[in-house]
Order: sequence, then C-alpha cells, then structure tokens
Amino acid sequence: MKISEQWLRTWVNPSISTEEMVEQLTMAGLEVEGTEPAAGEFTDVVVANVESVEKHPDADKLSVCQVTDGNETLQIVCGADNVRAGLSVALARVGAVLPGNFNIKPAKLRGVASAGMLCSEKELGLAEQSDGIMELPADAPVGTNLRDYLELDDTIIEIDLTPNRGDCLSVAGIARELGSLNQCDVTEEVHDPYTQKINDTFEVNIEAPEACSHYAGRVLRDVDVNAPTPVWMIERLRRSGIRSLGAVVDITNYVMIELGQPMHAFDLDQLDGRIRVRYAKESETITLLDGKSIDLDQNTLVIADNSRPLALAGIMGGENSGVNDQTRSIFLESAYFAQEVIAGKARGYGLHTDSSHRFERGVDPQLQVHAIDRATELILEICGGEVGPVTDVTTKAHPQDRHPIDLRYERINRVLGIQLEQDEIIDILERLGMEVKSFKDHWMVKPPSFRFDIEIEADLLEELVRIHGYNNIPRTQPKYHAAMREMSEHQQPLTRLRKSLVDRGYFEAITYSFVDPKWQAILDPDNAAVKLSNPLSSEMSVMRTTIWPGLLQAVRHNLNRQQNRVRLFETGQVFLQGDTEMAQIDRISGAICGLINDEQWAESSRAVDFYDLKADVESLFGAEAEIEYRAEAHPALHPGQSAALYNNGKAIGWMGALHPQAVTELDLSNTVYIFELDLEAVCQSHLPSFRPLSKFPEVRRDLAILIDENVSAQSIEDCIRDSTSKILQEVRLFDIYTGKGVDKGLKSVAFGLILQDFSRTLTDLDIDSEIESVVNALNQNFAATLRE
Amino acid sequence: MDLQALTAKAQSDIEAADNLDALDQIRVSYLGKKGELTSLLKTLGTLPAEERKSAGQDINRAKQDVQQAIEARKLSLQAAALEAKLASERIDVTLPGRGQSAGGLHPVTRTMQRIEDLFSQLGFAVEQGPEIEDDYHNFEALNIPAHHPARAMHDTFYFDAQTLLRTHTSPVQVRHMETDKPPLRIIAPGRVYRCDSDLTHTPMFHQIEGLLVDRNVSFSDLMGTLADFLKHFFENDDLQTRFRPSYFPFTEPSSEVDIQCVMCGGEGCRVCGHTGWLEILGCGMVHPNVFKAVGIDNEEYTGYAFGMGVERLAMLRYGVNDLRLFFENDLKFLQQFA
Repeated sequence: MKISEQWLRTWVNPSISTEEMVEQLTMAGLEVEGTEPAAGEFTDVVVANVESVEKHPDADKLSVCQVTDGNETLQIVCGADNVRAGLSVALARVGAVLPGNFNIKPAKLRGVASAGMLCSEKELGLAEQSDGIMELPADAPVGTNLRDYLELDDTIIEIDLTPNRGDCLSVAGIARELGSLNQCDVTEEVHDPYTQKINDTFEVNIEAPEACSHYAGRVLRDVDVNAPTPVWMIERLRRSGIRSLGAVVDITNYVMIELGQPMHAFDLDQLDGRIRVRYAKESETITLLDGKSIDLDQNTLVIADNSRPLALAGIMGGENSGVNDQTRSIFLESAYFAQEVIAGKARGYGLHTDSSHRFERGVDPQLQVHAIDRATELILEICGGEVGPVTDVTTKAHPQDRHPIDLRYERINRVLGIQLEQDEIIDILERLGMEVKSFKDHWMVKPPSFRFDIEIEADLLEELVRIHGYNNIPRTQPKYHAAMREMSEHQQPLTRLRKSLVDRGYFEAITYSFVDPKWQAILDPDNAAVKLSNPLSSEMSVMRTTIWPGLLQAVRHNLNRQQNRVRLFETGQVFLQGDTEMAQIDRISGAICGLINDEQWAESSRAVDFYDLKADVESLFGAEAEIEYRAEAHPALHPGQSAALYNNGKAIGWMGALHPQAVTELDLSNTVYIFELDLEAVCQSHLPSFRPLSKFPEVRRDLAILIDENVSAQSIEDCIRDSTSKILQEVRLFDIYTGKGVDKGLKSVAFGLILQDFSRTLTDLDIDSEIESVVNALNQNFAATLRE
Repeated sequence: MDLQALTAKAQSDIEAADNLDALDQIRVSYLGKKGELTSLLKTLGTLPAEERKSAGQDINRAKQDVQQAIEARKLSLQAAALEAKLASERIDVTLPGRGQSAGGLHPVTRTMQRIEDLFSQLGFAVEQGPEIEDDYHNFEALNIPAHHPARAMHDTFYFDAQTLLRTHTSPVQVRHMETDKPPLRIIAPGRVYRCDSDLTHTPMFHQIEGLLVDRNVSFSDLMGTLADFLKHFFENDDLQTRFRPSYFPFTEPSSEVDIQCVMCGGEGCRVCGHTGWLEILGCGMVHPNVFKAVGIDNEEYTGYAFGMGVERLAMLRYGVNDLRLFFENDLKFLQQFA
C-alpha cells in the first residue's frame, strides 16, 4: 500500500524524520518496501492560463499559445493536442529546471519563439505516462508555484503489509500504529457537519446474514456527479496509486484509503425495487465495471436488486448500476462482509481489487456507519445534494463486542524470555487501543474492534515484544537435557555414497522433479507419471518416475557445450503411482559418458563402458553386500548391456548402456551409461563380524578352461564355489579370451583359486583333489575342458 | 717383488678399479687363495726361523691394508653406482598424475550439509518428508485454512484439490510432531516447489526447516540460536543480525531475520538494495494452533521454528549471482564447488 507522508502527518505528527518513520514502521512489522518523492525535482513551474491558441504557421502538430503567468503574457509553442484557450496549465518558464536536470531556455520552434514549456504530468515526474499536457482546475491560482499549489514536497511511502494486518490498510491504521509507537495523539480530519434534509430511503434485505452481517446504505439526491474532484483529493489518491475517475468514485476511494472501509455508489435510478444481499443463483452472469462479463457460481455473494445481480459483493461493482455522467441520485453502500466469504473469491474470477484485498484481510466491523457519514460529508462538499437517513441493517451474526483475553504474567517470560515491568505491559497494551483490567498475576485484555488479528494470548505476547522491540531483548541459548540419538551401524549414510561417487570423478547434479512427458515416456514407459494440474510448461508437467530424464538432460546440456567427458549423479525422490497411494521413493542415479579420464600424457584415453560404470556402482555398496547382477531387459537400456540389480532376491535397480534408440530420440551425441538404485537398499550395510586369520600359508592355482561363450562369469564362479570345500578362499577371474586358437562358440576363461586351511598347511594331495573336483564340476555342468 | 712394492702396486690397482667387478678381480688376484699376497705367506717357510715371525706379521698387515683399501673403494664405487642409477631414473614431477580426478558436490548440497553439521552440534536430527503433500500438512495443520490470504503467496502446484507439491519444508515439522513426543530437535532440508519462474525465482528450490520443542524454549533462545548460527555459517564473529516482526500463520511471535549485507559489509550496495541489510530467514515461536493440531500441550511445551532458503544462502556464501545456474548443472559451474 502506498500513502502520502503529508496525509499521514495530518493524522499523526511525531517529531521524527521520514527516514526515522520508515525505520520505525519496518521494525514494527509494517515493512516499508521503499519511498519515492511525490514528484520529480523541478523548479520555477507555475500555474498559468492559456489566453489564446493559434496554429503554428509551419508545423501541423504545433500550436502557438499566449499564456499568462499573472505578471506577463508569454508566447509558448506547444505540441499537445489538448491545449486550448482558457485552460489552466503548468508552465515552465525560462530558467526552470525540470526532472533529469532539463533546463528551460528561450527557443525557436520552426521559426517561432517560445518562452518556456507547458508541462505534462510525465515531464514533472507525477506519472509514468500521460496524454497531453497537465490540465489544472479552472480555479487554480495563476502565478502560484506548482509545487506549493499541489503541495508536492511530499514522500510516498510504500508499505508491504503482512496478511494479518488488514487494520493497517488505511491512513487511519498506519496513523494508529505510529501513534502507539511514538506515544502521540492521533486526530481524524474534521469536516463540516451536514444536515439530513430528505427522508428518502431504499430498502435493504440481507438474505445471507452470515456473509453480510452489517449493511449501511443511504440515498443522496440532486448530486452533481460531474463536479470536479478537488485537486488535493486527486493528489492524495494519486500518491496512493489511484487514478481520478470522477468525483463520486474518487470520494468512495478516498474514504477507503483514509479509513479502510471499501464502499460502492449505485445510480439509484438504475435499481429495481430494493437491495438484496444474497448468493448468486445458478447460471447468473454479471458484467463488471471493467467490462468483463463473468458467470457466477453459487458460492459467490452478490449485491442484487429485484431483477439482477448488481455487484460482486466486496469485490467490484457492475457496469450498468454504477454512477455515470447522467446520475442524479445515488445509493451509497458501506457494508461488512465476512472475511471467509470474500477470501479467494476475487482470485477465483481472476480479479484482485483494493476492495477484495481489504475484505479478505478483514475490515473493522464498527466502521460502516462512520465511513458512510464521512463519504456523505465529502459528497455534499464537492457535489452538493440532499441527504437521506442511513438504512442500517445488522444481523445476529455481526461480530459483537470483543471478549477479553487472559494474559498471564508468567507466560511472558516463558514464551518471550524477557522480564517486562508491569507498567510497561499495561502501557504497551493501552497504547494499542486495548482495554486492560489488572488482576494479581494476570490481565484481562480487550482489543479494539479493528484488531481482529488478536484473539488469543499468543497474539498479545507478540504485540508486547513487537512494541518493546525485538532487538531490545537478550539473545540466549536454549537449555535442554543433552541426549544422544540412535546411530545405526547397519546403515551407511548418504554422505558416504556421495563422497564415493565424488571421489570417482562424478559431479552432483540437481534437476527439476517435474519433467517433460516425452523424456519420461522414453526412459520409463512402464510407469505412468503423475501430472501436475497447473504446470508452468508442458516440458515440466509430469513428476519423474526415474531421475534419468533430468540427469540425461543435464548430460546433453554439457555434451552440447563441448564437454567430452561427463560424469553426473543425483539423489532424490521419484514418484510412483500405486493402486491407492503415491509412493515417493528415494533413489540414487548416475550417468557417465565420453572419456574415462581427462585427456592426459601418460596413457591414451578411451571411452567409458559398462564395466567402468559397474565399478562405480559396486563402490556404493558395503564390502559385505551380496548384490546380484542379472542380465535383464529394460525398455530404456541396450538389451545386451543391461543388468537388473538384486539384493537378497529383491530388485533394487538398474544399470546399463542407454538404448541406442533412446540416444537418438533424446538427441544425445554419445553413448551414455546410466544407473539408478533404490537408496534405501544401497544404504543397507552389515555390522562387521570378525573372522579369525589363518596362521597357515595360502596357495594359488591357476586354471584356464574352454567353455561355452554364453556361460556367465557368475555361473562359473558359483559352480566353482559349489564344487569345492571350505578351503577355497577366493576365485580371481583374470582373463577372458576369444579368437584365434579358441573354437568359435567357446571362450577361454582363466582364473586363480586361492586355497587355505585354518588348521594345517595344505598338501599337494589336498590341492590336487580340490582342483580335480572343480574341473569335473565345470565339465559336468558346462562341458568345459581344461585349455591345453 | 718385495712386500712393500707389492702393497703399493695393489693400492694403485684398487684406485684404478672403476667398477665392482674389476675390484673383485683385484681382490682375488691379491688376497685370493692363489693371490700374490697369500702366496707370500707360503714362502715364509723358506725364511730363517728368527725372521719368520716378523715377516709373517708384515705380510698379514699388508693383507689387512689391502683388504681395507678394497672395502673403501667398494663403498665409493657403490655410492657412485647408486648415484648414477638415481640420476638415470629422474622424472618430471610437474607432470599431472594419472587416473581418475575427483568430482564435486552440488553447491546446494554443500550448503545444506554445512547447515546440517552446524545444527547437529546442537543435537538437531535430520528429518525428511514427502514432496507430494496433502493440503492438510502443507496448510491446514500449519494454521493456514482454505482461502487464507497467505495461500495466495504460495503459488502452489496442485495435482488435485487435496494433493500438491509442498510449498515449504514446514509440513515436516507437523509430521514429526504427529509421530514423535517432545522434546524435539530437528532440521528438515529438502526440495520445495512454487509455481513461479523468473530471474529470481525457480519453480523448485530448497529450504531447511528447523524445529525445537521443549519445556522452556523462548523467543530469546530462538534469537540467540539463529544469530549464533549465522555467525558460524558465514564464519564472521562480528556479523550483525536484526530481527524484524513479521507474520507467518504457523508461528507467533514471528520474525524475519536480516543480516548485515555480506557483500558490502552493511555499507549499502546493489545486492542489499542500499539498505545494508539482507533478509535471510523467517522464524518464530510455534503457534498454539499448530500444537493443537498435532496434540502437543502448549501449556507444558513451547517451541521455536525457523526456515531458510538454501539457494539464497549459497548465493551469498559463494557469490553466485544467478539463481538459475543452480539447476542447469553445467560442469563449468559445478566444478567451481569441487
């Protein structure tokens, strides 16, 4: 909210500078977003009057004007369309300096001398945009310095109010705060009282008594709606960011900014029979003031007459019932709508108005009649007319007098950690307009009607510390009982996994959890991804079921930037839709691509392959983990180079080469090897369990066999282990060979067997018998033969 | 040849030997079984008995001298040989090492770990929660009923009316308080989502939530904890902090915390909007309505909670000037945090 400091100071005038005021408001929780001068810096601009206008002899768009500044008549060349004889204007005379340090000098425009310039609002820093030159009221005193006339030496203060402080959405509200903070008086502007001269009323029926618990209305007749809005009002509204739209609307806006009560003025002659405050009916529509037509839903409160809805209650008036040039009779509305009825409604219709902003945050339930009186005063003063009595309808649901809140002395120290003197406590509360009754160790505190944010003791505690000053209380450390937490050694922490991959050359990526459905479908066609109902774009519209889409996008980003070696990993949740529930599973995922090492002098580099990735994956698991790698097919992986990982028979993830089809579809320039594992499974670890060391020497025997090339290394090792006794300690596979010297369809596999006993030194006989059973088993199971 | 001449010849042969093999041949030729000095001993028998003793002693002394000379020469030849070998094995130690180079953590993770480590010193445990949340935990239980104006500030991504992407890490406090009994001390780092994307907003970012519930926790404890945390996080004992009243529906009193601008030291610059202060986190005392929603007795327990944006802290700590870089995952960016 923007307000004029000058205006504010007519209500409350503490002896502090603008900077101090800004600091004070910010530190009281009314954050000042910024300040700006009410006008640009300029000098020697005066009110002047255009006496005559003639066309420029040599330029179509220019006029040659005779302008008086009260002392003399000056010839001014002007390019604005709206310049005309009799108009009061802002004249920058020779010697004037306009914003941007623009000096006004005698000039010749197309051969005609000009002794100054007629200014627009924009040129004076009064508006961002303006059409033509500024038009001043006809009664503007010619010769007066414009800065004095418009009282432009003022600061606009912009305050970013939190949603709980609806009471501060007005000059009166901010003034109350400043009064409390500075302990000084707040005085409302007083205007001439008026007398009621006619008895005309207009019937008001509240048919939704919970939603609208108070409605004040008044008839005014013979109102000159075309009377000009006084310049002081236009200026104050302008400084609050509101454009002048005619006297009556300006007055309702003015009262809203001044007091915080949104109001509406109807053209009485357009109303049919009576005012009905009711919920909209099915398939009703309304055309709003801004020309927008909307279909109403039945939860929307409207102001209607006998035949149609007239306005969206508390949000915006309708097009055909508001004040227009022809209006002579007005029906003024000043109502109280329940917060929860207005909240969210404007947004639902794509609207946000000053009125809905205030009702959503709450308006003082005691304010309606006062506001209608204030608006009446202003209308009579500016537009004239005859006033009828106020029609004041209140329902049972209207907020009654506030209940006092119990404030316990003990809680102040307990919650805030400070010792406040009793005097200070009472003083703070009373300064905030609360009624305080003292008891032995507590108080009963009744907040003023406009502080609907204060309902419970905690609200009062906040007010106490807010006014006392957050930065005036000591900063302490909490005291609590020390206690250790569980720390399982059956788990390896995520930090260990991350470190392992980082040590192996991976960089950690963080990619969005919502991904492109096309990538998602290519990389995990078997899982339907959950869709966002309001995505930012279609490329970010489904929740990932695997980390691969984001990670591969990051790989592509880097490949497209001349990186010839990419190693990335990511950890995070993926989202799988089960039959009833959404599963949110933590995963760890990686991708490698390009060269195994950075290019360097010692060894010729090579491209990464499956086994490079496998070593990285293996490094994640604890040494004792028994992970099975089964050759299984995954739609996103190369059918001959993919493995499903199992831990104790439970599937825990995948690794392999990205399917060549996917490489093409995703526009990747290189083969990428990827893995993804369930984090929970990877984090599982074994508590180390000691085994005694043998005192006897170990023996190694190497064997080379010829075996069907489709027999996996795992099967060979399993067969060897099954066929040997407990003296076999280790099988080390050290060579695989196919080609010259080995028949087609076969491969040569060489491995070393490490044998050792715990009770004695092994004899040749022991060893030979062990080897023999290995050879026999391999022969029986796989028709393998020893290689000659 | 007499003994003296023989010894002298041996000494000069030893001096002349330029490798260990040659030296060994010299040893054999003088001291071996058939060596010249050994042979002299065999001639002792031809001498008269009274000369034999002293002649024998002279020969043995000569043998010892030769032996010593050989040993000395051997050591010097060995040293020279080693030196030559070492010289031939010299390498260029400035060449880069072989094998895998290290990668690095994402700056957001790095920042989160730093924050976790600092709070774990105070006994805070790390908790996680779901990112697809229900309306109740993200809003209702945090005292943000439907249509509360605060909801408009959250720019929520929805799946349906009741299911959404969490807009903050605060639902983790609710879930933790539902399952665990006080005293509680947790921090909850994680991804959060808001339907907003421009120069200074990404639709996904990270927060860290903190919660402490105990019998005697006060607002001044909250201020002390956070002021201390910020000093340690920025490694600046003199870092100024200020607490400003604010509003969060789930805390009361609520506060924004500003730190003295780390870019200009509080002098005023573009980063701090020439105020000298940077808004860095939000905090407050747990609202009684939140305690009520999770069934904790607000008369017995009080608590504080705080939340901070990780990217903002990382940007200030490392001087990153563009938020969007965090999610591009460009290696040239990531490598700077290795």
